[in-house]
Amino acid sequence: MLNLNHWRSKLEAVVIPVAALLFALILFGIFCFFVLLDPKNIGQSIAQVFQVYGSIYKAAFGSWFSLQNTLIRAAPLMLSALCTALPARLGLGIIGNEGAIVVGGLAAIATGLTLGNITPLVSQVAMALAALAAGGVWIGAVGALRHYRGVNETISSLLLNYIAIALLNQLVNGPMKDPSSLNKPSTYPLPEAVMLGSIPGTRVHYGLIYGLLACAIAYFLIQHTTFGFAARTAGGNVKAARIAGLPVGKLTILICALAGSCAGLAGMVEVAAVHGRANESLNANYGYSGILVAFIARHNPLAAAVVAILLGGILASGGILQRNYQLPDATILVFQGLVFLVVLYSESLYGRFRLFRDRPAPPPVAPLATAPPSLSA
Amino acid sequence: MATESIGWWGAPLAILAGTLRGSAPFLFVSLGECLTEKSGKMNWGLEGVLLTGAMSAYAISCLTQQSVGPVLAPWLGVLAAGCAGMVLGFIHAWLSQQPKVNDIAVGIAMITFGSGVAFFFGKPFIQPDAPQLPGIPLGFWSSLAPVQSALRICPLFVLGVIIAPLMYWFFKSTRWGLFVRAVGDSPDAALAMGVSTTRVRMICIVAGSFLAAIGGAYLSLYYPGSWSERVSSGQGLMAVALVIFARWNPLQCLYASLLFGGAQAIGPALQAVGVDSYYYLFNASPYILTLILMIATCSQKRTLTGAPGALGTQ
Repeated sequence: MLNLNHWRSKLEAVVIPVAALLFALILFGIFCFFVLLDPKNIGQSIAQVFQVYGSIYKAAFGSWFSLQNTLIRAAPLMLSALCTALPARLGLGIIGNEGAIVVGGLAAIATGLTLGNITPLVSQVAMALAALAAGGVWIGAVGALRHYRGVNETISSLLLNYIAIALLNQLVNGPMKDPSSLNKPSTYPLPEAVMLGSIPGTRVHYGLIYGLLACAIAYFLIQHTTFGFAARTAGGNVKAARIAGLPVGKLTILICALAGSCAGLAGMVEVAAVHGRANESLNANYGYSGILVAFIARHNPLAAAVVAILLGGILASGGILQRNYQLPDATILVFQGLVFLVVLYSESLYGRFRLFRDRPAPPPVAPLATAPPSLSA
Repeated sequence: MATESIGWWGAPLAILAGTLRGSAPFLFVSLGECLTEKSGKMNWGLEGVLLTGAMSAYAISCLTQQSVGPVLAPWLGVLAAGCAGMVLGFIHAWLSQQPKVNDIAVGIAMITFGSGVAFFFGKPFIQPDAPQLPGIPLGFWSSLAPVQSALRICPLFVLGVIIAPLMYWFFKSTRWGLFVRAVGDSPDAALAMGVSTTRVRMICIVAGSFLAAIGGAYLSLYYPGSWSERVSSGQGLMAVALVIFARWNPLQCLYASLLFGGAQAIGPALQAVGVDSYYYLFNASPYILTLILMIATCSQKRTLTGAPGALGTQ
């Protein structure tokens, strides 16, 4: 695994994203400085900016308690990020994460409620399978439309988000409504016994394990199997892949279905481990944050797991900023937007620095580890 | 109450009213996106622009009502929205033209950033009232109150209806329109003509964002007529789909917007006459409609007629 060939380009792949994150952090600091600016006491405003950084760190990773909060948020983010990252390797821009999470959650709750009080393990496996299937069909349909009808996958997956949310609203206000949920229409709650438990010794639910496992499997699938190689080839150059006889259509649909099932599983985790029922909390922006995670990780599943934990921390710190500095909760959204923009800008920096340019000693090997040019390069 | 007096006629009337009220944001974002895409770049971030526009229009209208009076204040708000939109458009235009940076990804980032900025600075303006834009009473001939209120339209909507044919004429018959089309269809040919691709795209994206932000001002200053984080129901996100549906033709953008405004009005209209099962699904009808239309009209074999040649290439 570890060889030191091309160490310069490998170093580049780490240094540039980290530098981009740091730069976004500085920009965010400047933003906070102007918002918290007290013209009479500029020194204090600067000090406050550093306190904001400190608070974010403390709320995200500062203690065991906050770290657990972060990990709880990171679990659905990992799964949701895969929904964008996997198709991106094939050159597809899927942004239907939110919709797949919602249908996955709906499928899970419907299964869980139908099965009722049976052995927790059976119920949980059934819920997970239902969510995987629902999310897979949802995004798999996007892939099929892309292949058979040439419908732009970004648009169709976006539209499906809205349709999924409408479906959720219809179901929780109609056939699946628990009459006792007045303020926030919800489905009936899952029986306590079949809820997804916590990892022993923590408050973190098993969804985190699902997320980490899914990322590891996705990484292996993309980087170390024939299937993944075929997908990456088709992502690099569709025409060449067709000439080589690769089944581009099947690959498209299969990758999309896999991606969707990951997001669907995120919905199941949210329903079965966090909320215990389905309601509008199911579309809590994990879908859109997942897209951000995928792009920062440059569509590498292992990197996505790390970035999801980072972003989970940032999401977890929103409450503190509101309480301690009277910053509105949208501050986190501004921060996310800044990070996203700076990371995208950093894409244009690859190959610009001499320091990171590989010396031409061994015969050049195509850098297969990078994402296809149509999306991120 | 009002709809009861005219019985079942209430439903078509409510759909007509909803079309006249609800299609303006669709119209502005689709015209903005059309101008942007004609120059060969996409802007997925118009949702962020729309929200920022809505927030700035409402905030300026609210803050200036004391100093310039309640008649002028909303128009200042519209202007402020346009300026805010241009700032976001500038960021998008600059970033999406960097080498190796994908314009779709920049757009998605701009949705996050734009809505973040709008919610951040808009927080203090959720409660107070701001002076609204006036309506033109085209229903003066009728004595029925519902007809009068249905035919009350906003001057901004009229402006949008005027801009659509103007933009059509601009692309078809003017020198600058030709430049834009050349840059969008074949950047090499544009270069040979001595036109700067970068500059034309910059102007088109900034102007397109200006239009989309005006659509946002309409949302907060006319209909629904207040600022909240839910003021937009995804009109900005629909822009790209609308423009594809309209085949990159500004005149067809107008028809498409009317169709979508109408589709959006079906749910509330049916609810008004007492049909409220499937209310939420009817609310999703613009999205379902777009999806069906796209499935029906796209093809695997050819690119869409009317699509700018350089769209989607780096």
